[in-house]
Amino acid sequence: MSAVGATGSARAVPAATRNVQLRAFTALCGRDLWVTVRHEFGSFLAQALLQPIFLLFVFGRVLPEIGAARVGYGTQLLPGVMALTLVLTALQNTALPLVIEFSFTKEIEDRLLAPLPVAAVAVQKILIAAVRGVIAGLLILPLAALILPGGIHVHGPNWAALIGIFFFGSLAAGAMGLVLGTAVPANRISVAFAVVLTPLIFTGCTFYPWIGLQHLRWFQVFTLINPLTYVSEGLRAALTTLPHLAGGWIALGLGVSLVLFGVLGTRLFIRRAVD
Amino acid sequence: MSVTESVAVVRVEDLHKRYQAEGPEAVAGVDFEVLEGEIFGLLGPNGAGKTTTIGTITTRVKPTSGRVLVDGVDVSVDPVSAKLRIAAVPQMSNLDRALTALENLTFHAAYFGAGRRERRERARELLARFGLGGRENDHVNNYSGGMAQRLMIARALMHEPRLLILDEPTTGLDPQSRLFLWDTMVDLRERGTTLILTTHDMIEADRLCDRIAIIDHGKIIALDTPTRLRRLLPAEHGVEVTVAATEDPTEAFTAVSASERSEARPAGEGRWRVRLYGESNGDAGGLPEQALHATQRGGLELIELKRLEGSLEDVFVHLTGRELRGADGAMVSGRWSG
Repeated sequence: MSAVGATGSARAVPAATRNVQLRAFTALCGRDLWVTVRHEFGSFLAQALLQPIFLLFVFGRVLPEIGAARVGYGTQLLPGVMALTLVLTALQNTALPLVIEFSFTKEIEDRLLAPLPVAAVAVQKILIAAVRGVIAGLLILPLAALILPGGIHVHGPNWAALIGIFFFGSLAAGAMGLVLGTAVPANRISVAFAVVLTPLIFTGCTFYPWIGLQHLRWFQVFTLINPLTYVSEGLRAALTTLPHLAGGWIALGLGVSLVLFGVLGTRLFIRRAVD
Repeated sequence: MSVTESVAVVRVEDLHKRYQAEGPEAVAGVDFEVLEGEIFGLLGPNGAGKTTTIGTITTRVKPTSGRVLVDGVDVSVDPVSAKLRIAAVPQMSNLDRALTALENLTFHAAYFGAGRRERRERARELLARFGLGGRENDHVNNYSGGMAQRLMIARALMHEPRLLILDEPTTGLDPQSRLFLWDTMVDLRERGTTLILTTHDMIEADRLCDRIAIIDHGKIIALDTPTRLRRLLPAEHGVEVTVAATEDPTEAFTAVSASERSEARPAGEGRWRVRLYGESNGDAGGLPEQALHATQRGGLELIELKRLEGSLEDVFVHLTGRELRGADGAMVSGRWSG
């Protein structure tokens, strides 16, 4: 109708360079971090920390005090609780939002139309969940210092191992969440969570060291299919002098979990995002 | 209209989509172009293939065969480049519920690389333009349906897309919101944005769209301007006379020579509607004049006399049939619904 109309408001469309895609990726991360800090910090902390607080309190304080567990069980328990918190937080922070965003709120659509490949949206989901997992895992240390009877006793922490386990463990757990969040239809998610999370929690060497299972050989072997085992044993190795699964096996277990769930989860995500 | 030259913003070429290998084709060979600066309507019964067609343009559906080009970019080959050019407003809200209205806009712009200051300025400008100024810090959960719809359109405009796709944008909105959106769409066209609109609302399509494609069973069965589409109706010209009568008044109109055939239906409240079909200006005097005479001669009280022109809805029903589609296929009402 007008001259402006004829020429259009058409600004030059930028080329889909790597830079454009990287900026979109960063902005998606920025949105998630902003929401974590500004809008959901309380609920994030409650979701991530309530369970470990009670685990530390009951297993690390109550049971030893009433004589149902050895004094010092808390110190043994600490790496396991950290691992559990790290893994569950990262897993749930990919799986739950994905289920909700794909099915109910459709919020995922705005991300899928952002200028980056669909697979990058999946990777970004894993990354942010991993960051949340790491934060929750780290917060266990001051909490344990407060809750456990004698505080925490960390013996010559192996920092490189600790960082490595946190990094790969949280990413692998985020990738597991990606698989869960994209493979399971929304109406089945509560069942899926019960069926997946319960065995994950109890077969992940969180409440007992892997080496201690020697006399229960079949169970010891069984725990090796649980990625959480490698995180628990890895943190046990990094933070304590307790006997643990060999370092090579821990690295292999984490690497395989990350690649396996990462590839599978991304494929499932793409299938869900593009018909 | 602002189309000075026919540049195709969207080109759909022999598009086919089959969701399951053995299943039926959701889209069975669709070709069309959407020209720069036009509002292009996609009309069709539920399950006709509209959503699938739209989905291929927005990169969310992968074509089984055929091509979709947006601004010259093959959507399947380079989806990221395509995404830089388009924006989509879905029927149901997909706003980011963790964010405020303002944040919904600014983060969307950030995904498209806008700087901090630029996106805040643009967001405030758009919020004001869409009547949402003063509510920018509300969480979108507290927004009504109409407000959410306006916010979604504002969000879509944050990255200045060349093509805006609106999927049944006014379904479920109150009349004020609907009128506002209609004005908005016309305004956008004037500003040079190309629009694709799917709708079940024939009045909306008729009023807004420069061209309309009617799609059914995965194929385009008609594509033209609303005016030319209306001409597809075989014999829907004539007049409609509403008279006060207790019984069928058809008898009074038998002498109207310009009428080729007639129908009468009770209109409630002691009224009847009589439709007389034929050319308005026949040899034996005009059809309206003859109808008026007949009313007076028959001693009937005239309530309303209007020219019949096939509505877009009549065209739609004529082309797609009257049977219901899908679970909620009750969208095709009869031609006496007006």
